[in-house]
Amino acid sequence: MKATVYVTIKQNVLDVQGTAVQGALHTMGFEEVGKVRIGKYLELDLDTTDKAEAEARVKAMCEKLLANTVIEDYRYELA
Amino acid sequence: MNFAVLVFPGSNCDIDCYKAIEDTIGQPVEYVWHTADDLSKYDCILVPGGFSYGDYLRCGAIAQFTNVMKAVVKAAEEGKYILGVCNGFQVLTEARLLPGALLRNNGMKFRCHQAVLRVENNATPFTSDYAEGELINIPIAHGEGNYYCDEATLKELQENKQIVFRYEAGSNPNGALDDIAGICNKAGNVVGMMPHPERAIHEILGSADGKRMFTSILSTWREKHGAAAIR
Repeated sequence: MKATVYVTIKQNVLDVQGTAVQGALHTMGFEEVGKVRIGKYLELDLDTTDKAEAEARVKAMCEKLLANTVIEDYRYELA
Repeated sequence: MNFAVLVFPGSNCDIDCYKAIEDTIGQPVEYVWHTADDLSKYDCILVPGGFSYGDYLRCGAIAQFTNVMKAVVKAAEEGKYILGVCNGFQVLTEARLLPGALLRNNGMKFRCHQAVLRVENNATPFTSDYAEGELINIPIAHGEGNYYCDEATLKELQENKQIVFRYEAGSNPNGALDDIAGICNKAGNVVGMMPHPERAIHEILGSADGKRMFTSILSTWREKHGAAAIR
């Protein structure tokens, strides 16, 4: 089974990288760009076929290591 | 008094910390590799700056799960003195020994220069040789030192006097909330700070203001253990 994890900076926390990229896009003429948020994309290969078990374990991985929940949100997909 | 300086793959201020202990207070000090799981012989543990585990994933994220950090959590519970500097501060927040997190600097710059700090709390084991409100000159060198926590946590930090150092008003180098440069836990035995006191122990280095952090630790420990006063 494969897990895809997305980690993003919380909406109420300033994403300084996103702000810098937004500025660059505006300079390049892409004025339509509003807010830019930069996050992380992780692919995990899981040695299991039990979706419920995989979900519980991926959630634990996110809470403990993959995201810092003080400043980041996460979501994941299992396939 | 026995000091440990932790070493993770990617630590690079470990030698500075070791030399600072030797030069300022002349106490026994040892490097402790991240695989060690027993810190029982040490009275104070320094978590140095650098880029532990290459700053992969997040600064300090991977270091928090090393064997030695489990021992640090135990040492913190026992009331031993723990000081995290720069990446060490990031490791201590990731390990939840200190609240909040360190975000990227708000000005897109790696800030590397002398900084003026105000000693906000001189009642910690790390700051007792400073006067409250004293301005000291300590260098900073970081790209991710923008301290952040939620409002409730900030209120708690303020009310419990857990803000140990602030950047002097108007000189905040990284966007840190409430100008926070360093904080302690509720018990006061764990301190994390972005500035580097170990790099400010001689005038020839630009400042000797960091020296008193180390003399404070030794004085407090000796007072507590009824040993002779510091030389």
